[in-house]
Amino acid sequence: MSKLVIASIGPASSVQDGGRPGAQRYGLVPSGAMDRLALAAANTLVGNEPFTAAVEVGPFGAKFTARGGAVRVALAGAPRNADIAGRAVASDASASLADGETLTLGFTRGGSFSYLAVEGGIAGEPMFGSLAVNARAGLGSPYPRPLQAGDELQTKAASGAPERRIELPAATDAPIRVLWGPQDDEFADETKKLFIDSEWKISATSDRMGYRLEGPVLKHLHGHNIVSDGTVNGSLQVPGNGQPIVLMPDRGTSGGYPKIATVISADLGRLAQIPAGRAFRFRAVSMAEAQAEARKFAELLRALPERLREAESVDLNVDALHDANVAGHAVSAVDAGTWHAVFPADAAGPD
Amino acid sequence: MVATPPPPRLLPSGDSAITVEFSRNIDDAANRRVLALDRALAAEPIAGVVETVPTYRSLLVHYDPVQIDFDRLGKEILAFAQRPVPATTKSRRWRIPVVYGGEHGIDLEDVAKTLNTTPDEIVARHVAGDYRVAMIGFTPGWSYLSGLADSLHMPRRQNPRLLTPAGTISIGGVQTGVQCLAGPSGWHLLGRTAVRTYQLHRDPIFLLEPGDNVIFTPVDAKTFAEQDRAAEAGEIIAEQIAL
Repeated sequence: MSKLVIASIGPASSVQDGGRPGAQRYGLVPSGAMDRLALAAANTLVGNEPFTAAVEVGPFGAKFTARGGAVRVALAGAPRNADIAGRAVASDASASLADGETLTLGFTRGGSFSYLAVEGGIAGEPMFGSLAVNARAGLGSPYPRPLQAGDELQTKAASGAPERRIELPAATDAPIRVLWGPQDDEFADETKKLFIDSEWKISATSDRMGYRLEGPVLKHLHGHNIVSDGTVNGSLQVPGNGQPIVLMPDRGTSGGYPKIATVISADLGRLAQIPAGRAFRFRAVSMAEAQAEARKFAELLRALPERLREAESVDLNVDALHDANVAGHAVSAVDAGTWHAVFPADAAGPD
Repeated sequence: MVATPPPPRLLPSGDSAITVEFSRNIDDAANRRVLALDRALAAEPIAGVVETVPTYRSLLVHYDPVQIDFDRLGKEILAFAQRPVPATTKSRRWRIPVVYGGEHGIDLEDVAKTLNTTPDEIVARHVAGDYRVAMIGFTPGWSYLSGLADSLHMPRRQNPRLLTPAGTISIGGVQTGVQCLAGPSGWHLLGRTAVRTYQLHRDPIFLLEPGDNVIFTPVDAKTFAEQDRAAEAGEIIAEQIAL
């Protein structure tokens, strides 16, 4: 057995996989990766099933050391500097650590979460078929909590397979698409227009439960309490202060605030990667468009292995990536530093 | 002659879930229709439905849009929802022991003052109730019960508490509830139970199902402490009783 020993890691980093659907009727939310495409891409690079458990690494840097043998890994999701003992590691590519070598990840540049997949997966005891961390419910394996320095992730010895890169669709800054409802009738037409016409920013107090949005105040027609009903990933609920919260994979399974709209499933990962403080917009789409996008997204996930390439010119790719992302939108260390898990006061308690 | 109830509203919750709304209010008849639809979908599954989440007044149906689209699933759900609600359904009934007041129910005295009566009377009213699990939500095992006596209805706290203990038994609005994990709550805390409605490494992991019936029995603090130790070791503590 090889293992990855975590020499250092920032907050908002945990083991995540496809999550554990099926028990929402008991109040247990599925959890799972914030950016499912990035998780699947990282796993595909090392020959794993797409939703195998991997390390979801938050905006801070981290260091992983291989012990007991070589370890093959792959990195996808938010771009960041990465090297193994000084050798650059590209995003959307695999790489191997010899026994004793350390993988060093820098801060994210223009994203929030990277996925470090490990060839052979991470050893653990699944609960409801998943290793995903849900700290509130005491679930997750090998640790039912975010990762800390000193933690060890057991895995298989590297197979020696050739390194790969994966060609993913180009990143886009297009508006995040939403479907109105289920409670858009709790808002006046002007309020819905304001929601679509405005720029929004993700607050630095966001976490895996919810992304708080900063922008104009959205007024309710009939007050901010509804009788609790079920939530989904991407529910845009509007609490009393009129500042929407997008519910993310660690959300409560039910909530008592009106939900003006819902982010379409194909755009959830893209929303999850928007760094705190960067302006973005929403666009309302039809059910037909949303479901067509969902089917396209499923096809993209299914066909990921066809996008694998030999990793010959890794160094060039790294430079290209750096240029593209540094020129775009960098997350500052100050913003990243305020990321922390909080119990939202405005989601305080059952309704 | 019973009038046919109006069809539920089908509200999109994104591209992969439908909120089937029977009422906008807390309404016992609506909750019975929610639970009946939930049972029907479990008994005769529709291909593409991933899971269902009953709440007081709506059923959230998660589905895979690759397998079935909104329009077709909506039609099938409406056909199910038109069926008459069975008059009686077999449900389990649980007796849940509660230590009321003191450090275990820090709001009991205030609730009594607000409702112009004594703490003993509040406990008597709460224990007299015959409750049904209307929904489980928010956090694992948090069971919302319908059937709270009118004489115990009161608004929630102005300032929710950020941390309330595991096993809290509380009232809020027209509801009462069994809270499993420690967490935030804006309800009034009447007592605690040793019963874990959610416990890993126990069979079953989740004790209560939506639709189950629940009654409460008062116990003293010493009994609670003993039960709490036994519950920690995996005992169920709640007693299933004959209907």
